Parts: sequence; structure tokens; C-alpha cells
Amino acid sequence: METGRETAIRDNDLSRRGPTPAAVARRYRASQRLKAVAGLIGLCLLLWILTPHFLTVANALNVMEQTSINAIVAVGMTFVIISGGIDLSVGSLVALSGVVLASALKSGWPIPLALAAGLGVGAATGLLNGVVIAFGRLPPFIMTLGMMSVARGAALLVTDGRPISGFDAGFRSIATGRVFGVPAPIVLTLAIYAVAHFVLSRTRFGRYVYGIGGNEEATRLSGVNVRFHKTMVYVVSGVTSAIAAVLLTARLNTAQPIAGIMYELDAIAAVVIGGTSLSGGEGNLGGTLIGALTMGVLRNGLNLLGVSSFLQQLVIGMVIIVAVLVDVLVKEKRA
Amino acid sequence: MIDHAPGTPVLEMRGIRKVFPGVVALDGVDFDLRAGEVHVLLGENGAGKSTLMKILSGAYTKDAGDVFIDGAPVSIGSPRDAQSLGIATIYQELSLVPQLTVAENILLGHEPSRAGVIDRAAMRDAARRSLAEVGLDLDPDRRLDRLGIAEQQMVEVAKALFRRARVLVMDEPTSALTAREIDRLFDVIRRVTAAGVAVVYISHRMRELAEIGTRVTVLRDGRAVGTFPLPETSFDALIRLMANREVRDHFPRRRCKAGDELLRLEHVSGPSGAPRVDDVSLTVCRGEIVGLAGLLGAGRTELARLVFGADRPSSGRVVVSGRDVTPKTPRQAIAAGIGFLPEDRKRHGLVLMRSVGENIGLPSLARWSRAGVVSGRTEHETAERWVTELRIKTPTVAERVVRLSGGTQQKVVLARWLAADASLLVMDEPTRGVDVGAKVEIYELMNRLTDAGAGILMISSELPEVLGMSDRIYVMRHGRIQAELDAASASEERVLQAALGLAS
Ligand SMILES: Nc1ncnc2c1ncn2[C@@H]1O[C@H](COP(=O)(O)OP(=O)(O)OP(=O)(O)O)[C@@H](O)[C@H]1O
Ligand SMILES: [Mg+2]
Repeated sequence: METGRETAIRDNDLSRRGPTPAAVARRYRASQRLKAVAGLIGLCLLLWILTPHFLTVANALNVMEQTSINAIVAVGMTFVIISGGIDLSVGSLVALSGVVLASALKSGWPIPLALAAGLGVGAATGLLNGVVIAFGRLPPFIMTLGMMSVARGAALLVTDGRPISGFDAGFRSIATGRVFGVPAPIVLTLAIYAVAHFVLSRTRFGRYVYGIGGNEEATRLSGVNVRFHKTMVYVVSGVTSAIAAVLLTARLNTAQPIAGIMYELDAIAAVVIGGTSLSGGEGNLGGTLIGALTMGVLRNGLNLLGVSSFLQQLVIGMVIIVAVLVDVLVKEKRA
Repeated sequence: MIDHAPGTPVLEMRGIRKVFPGVVALDGVDFDLRAGEVHVLLGENGAGKSTLMKILSGAYTKDAGDVFIDGAPVSIGSPRDAQSLGIATIYQELSLVPQLTVAENILLGHEPSRAGVIDRAAMRDAARRSLAEVGLDLDPDRRLDRLGIAEQQMVEVAKALFRRARVLVMDEPTSALTAREIDRLFDVIRRVTAAGVAVVYISHRMRELAEIGTRVTVLRDGRAVGTFPLPETSFDALIRLMANREVRDHFPRRRCKAGDELLRLEHVSGPSGAPRVDDVSLTVCRGEIVGLAGLLGAGRTELARLVFGADRPSSGRVVVSGRDVTPKTPRQAIAAGIGFLPEDRKRHGLVLMRSVGENIGLPSLARWSRAGVVSGRTEHETAERWVTELRIKTPTVAERVVRLSGGTQQKVVLARWLAADASLLVMDEPTRGVDVGAKVEIYELMNRLTDAGAGILMISSELPEVLGMSDRIYVMRHGRIQAELDAASASEERVLQAALGLAS
């Protein structure tokens, strides 16, 4: 019944068509790393052609400074999204932490104490988010959406809806100072990225964040205190929002209860453009930094081109949709 | 039905090549399938069986090679293409919609309708006809999630037949079925092949080969190394061919003297709220392998979860080395030296998007870190060690687990608990989906662990495995311990009688 051809052990011809594994691996790694960077470089080239003013040292520093606030908020957002959650309250938290910090400064608190108050409010609000999400099992979307309104309301109540402005130079130097000639906000941002990157890639907490986002139940069954670490992720997000608030307040010399509106959008966009998966378990801060820079360059370019702020909003929204769409399509093809 | 002389190939795959980053999964595989046959694909974990079938079903695209249906070249770019060519795949993870009814599932996307309104009566009739074809007498209006896993699988077969599938691919379909359900599935397979459907069947269970297979193709390291008629080809020859070395399919249990008591359960019931486990008391000593037998749904997995703190008992105590540890969380259980190999490794075991190393290290990170900072070196070296020791087939320890073959993933979970130095291992179906050679390796490893003074509580639905590897056997039924047997005097009949609740 069987022919000899079938029963013989076939020796396979090695020189068949098709790529080698090493080549596929190389191509794959390169595509992963380059996607976000290529987008950023392409955008810069485009703007360079369109407006000569874009590629100057002054403008480059300007872009980075302006990016720093979103970049810092996006650090916490990266933690949250990798853990499989979302934090919509970051913008309101920037406002709340800012006005608390400003009131403390205005009532004559020493700067370190006022900073502690601002950061403390951020951490506490994040803690509340985290506890309700992790222990109360509320979906992160709902909890932080609610908190978005709660924190905004609190900021308005604290200030009676009025901005608080006029701080002494010592405080403002957080935003205006320079470290070895580099603007302080840039240094601060890079420092935060370095620390956060270390935490995410080298510490237990970091590993657990990826684990929880990738498979919460399997992580729990590996003996990880999932609720605690999930809570901490929102604390991180609260703290980075508060740090952004410090920078914003120092730069503008004003704390506005209506500051930070739509910051969640920019932060989520930075994270997603940076290649972090919205379904959790994957991503890194290097990508987020590139994503934040991309957003910054885009806004800066639109300004230089004299695009109206209404149109800017529309363009940026579309860029986000396209970025995520590309990501989804690429993933689908890869599978 | 299908106008083929028996023996004509319905499907031919020629020179199929598929490369993933770091691995050649398929290296020029030829495969052909005849109408009415059950063609078994046999090979070690990671040999490329699932990959070949995923290319056929449109889940992956091939890098080189050709596919012919009825001798004509076809291109399969998506699962849709495969479906319209009459190729249906039944994975171990079912792809039905649990909230819909049986009929709705079978006709999904092909609902008979009049002026846009679904004709429910016609739908029910069509579903009933398809169910009859597989010999299943089911109410088409039952919701799918009310059915057992075996029935759901058969609904999938019915669905495939409704779509006029001519090629039916089954990738390890029996791993979650009981013996009786396997018999029923085989009846269905015989029925559909009699009607001319060609079946590709993947399994690591040699017994099933002889029972259902017409021919077998052996894959090794991405190459087809031979096709043979069944059942006349000897298992030993097949196993030697697939492993490329001498492997004996046997149970190498070395019994050692049972030591001090390691685990004692005292009247454990639970989980709280829904007691599936009812007043269970048992012991496991150092150096002992204790088997937990019973039918599917007897409460064995539930008991394992209680021991490990995955669920909370409503009453009773878990005592480890004389200390009451009754764990409320897995963390407490791990601290008491317990490790747990879950039955469903994808859901409860692995973080699929993360690396082999990270998955192995997850429960041990606390020991490997100082001030919260993980020692990358310890993590890497330990992972490397276990990857070598268990012969885990992965390009590097940095490879994501999602890219490993099914049986290889199982070994990663095992490596995790070995790395964590667990002194009591609760293993729920430890060799499910694992190839013959690796199975024997896992048994040897269990020997070594018990030699070193560990205790193992092993749940298994494979009676030969329970009898071959255990020192003592508890049989569960309806959440209770029905019998305790000494392995030396136990037999398949006695275990089965106890599992079924017949007088013994
Ligand atoms: N999506 C993927 N990405 C990268 N590598 C993959 C992917 N899928 C499979 N592989 C690799 O291809 C090889 C063949 O895997 P495959 O799943 O086909 O094995 P298998 O024969 O089905 O094994 P098992 O019996 O364990 O299920 C393995 O080395 C596996 O790691
Ligand atoms: Mg497989």
C-alpha cells in the first residue's frame, strides 16, 4: 500500500528558497526599534523642509523643554498601561497638585515642604485610584474617569476657580535654571526617565508590572501580591503627574485650576506611539520618550507653520488614531 | 458527498518552509492527505506540527513551498481562504462563542434569513442536521457554555461539517477529555472519515495513534522524516525516529522510602461560598509521589487550588511539616515551600508576552533581589540552567514564551518551580501535551526530586501514569476522597471503580 518514496526518510535540501532565521531575527528587531524613531526623524525632516526655523538649536531646546511636561506625565502612564490599566485623571491631577503646591508656597511654606505637599497630593490621589481599582475591582477606566472630575473639582474648590501666581525666583528656577548650560526641565526629565527605566527593567516591582499586565492570574499564582503592586502603579502615575505640576507651575509662574486639560490624551498618545501595547504586558520607556518628543515636535511644527489651534487639535487627534492603527496592522501582519 | 476515489490526495503540501526569528520551524516539509483517512502528525515538542497546520488554516503564511488541493495550486492567505477551501481546524482552545446557542454557533455567519430577519426554525433544522452527522443528540437551543468541553468540541466538528469542510485538522483535541469522551470523539472521527472527510490528527498519546490513525507522518526539527501506514508500524520505531535517539515509553518510578510527613490536609472543604471539595483529608510524605485520580470534575483541580491558596478553603487545615499554614494566598503557600503546576498553563501559568527567563524567575524574584533590585545574573544563570536541564527548546532565554510550542511551554512552568526550590509540588496534569521523550524526562525529574526529599501530589487523568508513577493513590469523586489505594496493589479497574463510585 505504501510506496518506497513515502517510507524512505527524506533528506531535505538545505538550499531551499526562503530566508534564514538570523535574517528574520535581524529584520524583526530592527523593525521594532526603528518604527518609532523613523517616524520622529521623518517628521523632523518634513518640518525642516517646510520651515527653515525648525532646525535651530534654540528651537530644539524649546521643543524639548515644552515636551518635558508631557514626557514626565507619560512616565506614570507607561507604568499604568504596561500593567494593563489606564489613567485618565492625570490632567486633573496636574491641576490639583499645582494649586496645592501654589497655595502652600503662598502661605509661606518653605519650598521643600511645599513641594512635599504637592507631590503628596499626587501620591495620595494615585493611591486612592489604585486602592479602588486593585481592591474594589473597579475598571481603571471608570475609576480614573471619575477621579478626573473629582480632582478637577477639588482644584477649583481650593482656589475658588482663580489662578494663583507670583512665586519667588528660587522656586521658578526649577523651570528656568540651567545645569551645565542645559535647561533644568530637560535634565529633570532625563533623570526621571533614567530612574524609571531602571525601576521598570531591573527591579522586582518592574517585573511584576509587566507580569500583571501580561497575565494577572498567572502572576498572582506565582506568589506576587498583585493588588499591592497594582496600587503602586497608580501611585507612580500620581507622583509623576505631580512632578509635572511642579514644573508647569514654576515655568508659568502660575497655578491654574484649569491646567492640564487633555493631558491624558497627550500622555496616552506618547505611550502608544512609543510602541507600548494598550492591552498591557509590553512596552518600555525609551519608546515613550520618543513618543513624547514626536508629539512635541508635531505641536511645535504646527505652531511654526502658523496652523490655528483648532486645526492643531484636529491634526493631533488624527495622528494618534493613525499611529495606533499602524501599530495594530503591523502586529496583525506579524502574527 | 465527496467525489474522490479513496486514496487520491485531497491535499498536498510541498517544500513548506517557515522561519521565525531564531528558528527554522519548518524546513521543506512535504505532506499529503487522502480523502477518508486519519493522518497522524507525530513529533517532539517544537517539531513544527502546529506550525504546519497553522499554515494550512491560514493563521500563518509560509515563507516557501506550495499547497495543492485536488492537485491544483491554491494560496491560503487568511483563515477565510482556508475556510472557503474546505479546511477546518479544531484547536485545543475552542473558538466558539460561549454566549450563543449551539445552533447560532454552528451557523454563525451563514444564518438563514428572510428579508434580513433570521429564520430561527430553518436555523434549528440546519443545526440539527449537522449535529446528526456527527451523531450528537443535542438541543440546538442550549447555550454553548452549558455544555462540557467534549460536547463543545463536537459542536465544532458539526460546525465544520456544516461549512462543507473536506479537511479537518485536530491539534491535540483529546488532552482535556475523559476516556469515555475520547471514545465518543473517535466515533465522530470515524463517522466523518467514512463520509470522505480527511482528518489530520495531532497527539502525543501513542495509544490513540493505533486506535484512530490510518497513516502517520513523523516530523523532526521541522522536517518530515517519514510516512508510515498504521497500525502496523511499531511504536518503538516511530518514537526512535521522532526523537532521533533511544527513548523508552515507560514509567521509571524509583520508589524510595517515604520520610516524614510533609503535607497533611485535615477536613478541607471549599472554596468558601461554593464547596466543590468536601471534607478531604490526606497526607503526602517526603520522598513520596501521591497520585490523585478521579473523573474530570471530581474536584481534583479545586483541591489543588485550595492547597496552593489560589482559592480559600471554607473549613479545614493545611499543615506543612507540622505547621498549620492554611494559605490564604499563593504567596503564603510559596513561602511554605509549595509549588503549583496548573492544568491550564496559558491561563494560569504563563505570562505569554514575557521571556522564558522572566517566566521562570517570577516566584523567585524576592530571593534573587536586594533592596528590590533583581540580580540579573542570578536570574539569567538559573534560567539558563533549567533550560539546559529540561531541554527546553528555545533559541535563548530571552525568547517570549508565546513563541514556544505547547509542550515546551509546559516545561517552562515546571522549570519555574524547580528554580523556586519548592519542597512540595502540586502537579495538575504534569505531562499534558508533552512528547513521549520529555514525558519520561519529567518522570525522571520527579524521581530526582523525591530522592532529594521533596513530596509530589500529582493529579492525572492518565490512569497508566497514576499507576506507574505514584506510591499511593487517592481517588476522588464528587469532591470527596472515595478511596485510598497502595500503588503496588492498585489496578486500573480498582481506580476506575472508585472513581465511578462502584462498590470495591
Ligand atoms: N509565533 C511564533 N514565533 C516564533 N517562533 C514560533 C512561533 N510559533 C512556533 N514557533 C517555533 O516553531 C517551532 C515549532 O513549533 P510548533 O508549535 O509547530 O511545535 P509543535 O510540533 O506543535 O510542538 P508541541 O508538540 O509542543 O505542540 C518551535 O521551535 C517554536 O518555538
Ligand atoms: Mg503544537
